[in-house]
Amino acid sequence: MAMSEPVIETSAPLLTIEGLKVHFPVTKGFFLQKQIGSIKAVDGVSFELRRGETFGLVGESGCGKSTTALAILRMLTLTAGRIVFEGSDITNYTEDQMRPIRQRMQMVYQDPYGSLNPRMRVRHIIGEPLAVHGVNRRSDRYRKRVDELIDLVGLLPDMADRYPHEFSGGQRQRIGIARALALAPSLLICDEPVSALDVSIQAQVINLLTDLQAELGLTILFIAHDLSIVRHISDRVGVMYLGRIVETASRDELFDHPKHPYTQALLNAVPVPDPEVESRREEILIQGEVPSVRNPPAGCHFHPRCPVAVPQCRLQAPALLPTAKGAMVSCHLVHSGEGVARVHGGAWGQSKGSE
Amino acid sequence: MGKRLLEVEDLSVTFRTDRGIVRAVDSVSLHVDEGETLAIVGESGSGKSVTALSILGLIGDADSGRIERGRISFEGQDLIQQNDAVLRRIRGNRIAMIFQEPMSSLNPVLTIGKQVAEPIRLHQGASRAEAYEQAAELLKKVAIPDAAERLNDFPHQFSGGMRQRVMIAMALACRPKLIIADEPTTALDVTVQAQILSLLKELTREANSALILITHDLGVVARYADRVTVMYAGRIVETASARELYANPRHPYTQGLMESIPGLATEVGARLITIEGQPPDLANLPRGCAFSPRCKYSQDVCLQKPPTLETISQDHERACYGYE
Repeated sequence: MAMSEPVIETSAPLLTIEGLKVHFPVTKGFFLQKQIGSIKAVDGVSFELRRGETFGLVGESGCGKSTTALAILRMLTLTAGRIVFEGSDITNYTEDQMRPIRQRMQMVYQDPYGSLNPRMRVRHIIGEPLAVHGVNRRSDRYRKRVDELIDLVGLLPDMADRYPHEFSGGQRQRIGIARALALAPSLLICDEPVSALDVSIQAQVINLLTDLQAELGLTILFIAHDLSIVRHISDRVGVMYLGRIVETASRDELFDHPKHPYTQALLNAVPVPDPEVESRREEILIQGEVPSVRNPPAGCHFHPRCPVAVPQCRLQAPALLPTAKGAMVSCHLVHSGEGVARVHGGAWGQSKGSE
Repeated sequence: MGKRLLEVEDLSVTFRTDRGIVRAVDSVSLHVDEGETLAIVGESGSGKSVTALSILGLIGDADSGRIERGRISFEGQDLIQQNDAVLRRIRGNRIAMIFQEPMSSLNPVLTIGKQVAEPIRLHQGASRAEAYEQAAELLKKVAIPDAAERLNDFPHQFSGGMRQRVMIAMALACRPKLIIADEPTTALDVTVQAQILSLLKELTREANSALILITHDLGVVARYADRVTVMYAGRIVETASARELYANPRHPYTQGLMESIPGLATEVGARLITIEGQPPDLANLPRGCAFSPRCKYSQDVCLQKPPTLETISQDHERACYGYE
């Protein structure tokens, strides 16, 4: 992933997903398990990850962001759609074919407590992916790689022979990151990697991720609900609502000029940690709660809560279409030329440092 | 601001654990005036929830906790000296609590109506019919649709956000002078969080109730609090009005906390400023200031004994020997 090759800018994306759908069957009965419906956890998601970038995927619980991640790793059965990774269409790869692919894409999990085996020494937690892919645990190569990884994530060499319970949450997350990097992946999928950590520790882990990205040329899919962290770390951002992408845009475009009414509402709902900004900001709340994914509203899923919905929104789901500024938005009003007036005060745009 | 409602002085709370006596709250002094919102901010283990439970008189033998010393004066009464019967008349009536987990703080086998009506019957001696009528009124106030019909529903029939609205209705039932909300929206989605917090703010303003808002979210504090108290390892390190605290944090820990939030002190995308190290182990605190091992200004005096909370300007206190 040489930084010296400017060709990378124009080269093919690292990962493309198109029309991805993951539906879980809802069954009834004990023996005959009749299918009576389906939960459309992911319902037609498309986006691409460019090499070396961080793509933030945000949305409220149940919107399908984690399911999307698992689907990319092919850890769930896909209902429809296409996944192209490093130029190969891996949609229908068998388990055997997926093994080498999974060396190239690795995951960092949310819970630094549940995701590390409490009975394994840190050395072997970090080295496990190597062992799985055929490196002998007694070999020099194994030991050297583990030592290298421990150093890479900022742990001390003597920590290798300890057990997970001897570590704090932030250190455990470093161990999880070292494990994910063991096989030198090109794509790192981080699912809420800092939300279980204390505020003062979150910044340490975020800095580690950005350092590693610069050093190793990683592409990162960063799933989170904390918008200030997403804004900090992402080059581009996608917003999901009930299984669909409602908007993708560059970070600045999304935070300074959000187009979709849901994106606007989400940005307004999150308080900015600055009383001055907050006192100037008009609080406009969207009503209601996220509907059940078992029975999503017809048409645009957001229409029952949308302050600007028109009759068409109830009938027809809007397509994700490009805007002039290179963003993709799925909203009838945005594309009908009327546009959507900003329904929120725009404090995110006014806060410091838009490059 | 109104007159002094609650005054906590030199409060210390200890717990017996396998690893010895742990002082979860150490020499905490704070006050709340009528109608104001005080946020208590801190990371896990900083003592913010234990402070709240002490105010409610909920530190007891069962959890091996003990109030070691201190005074909690509420409406002129010292709560620590009161017996259980008196405390029961205050709790839910003059002081109400909203917990983090709306799922586990409602009784799953009782109807919502019964639970909302309970404090009204208990404290105000209302009849069943009157209490249910008031309960319906309260649920309407917290914007639960078809409030009267939903009285007979059980908690599992409500969403997380709706349950937290029910908790707010229960807390408001007796028009308490003080509401303590412990991470009331941490378990909720952000769009719902905003609804719940503005509802809480609006209703407390309307009833002129004071609010203690316990949170770790500095955004929530900026939007809703009048004053802020920052805790670290069981002690208060800084208290100030919200504007003053964000504009002019004077304790190195508060400064570090502010700096480590993306987009507040740093340029977007720049390296975040971090507080190195980790929060200390309460069972094994350093002798001096608990923050000294992580503090870039630490001097000899910091290692001797913990600094006390001192007023540095009007409505701004901090516990630090000073780095200026």
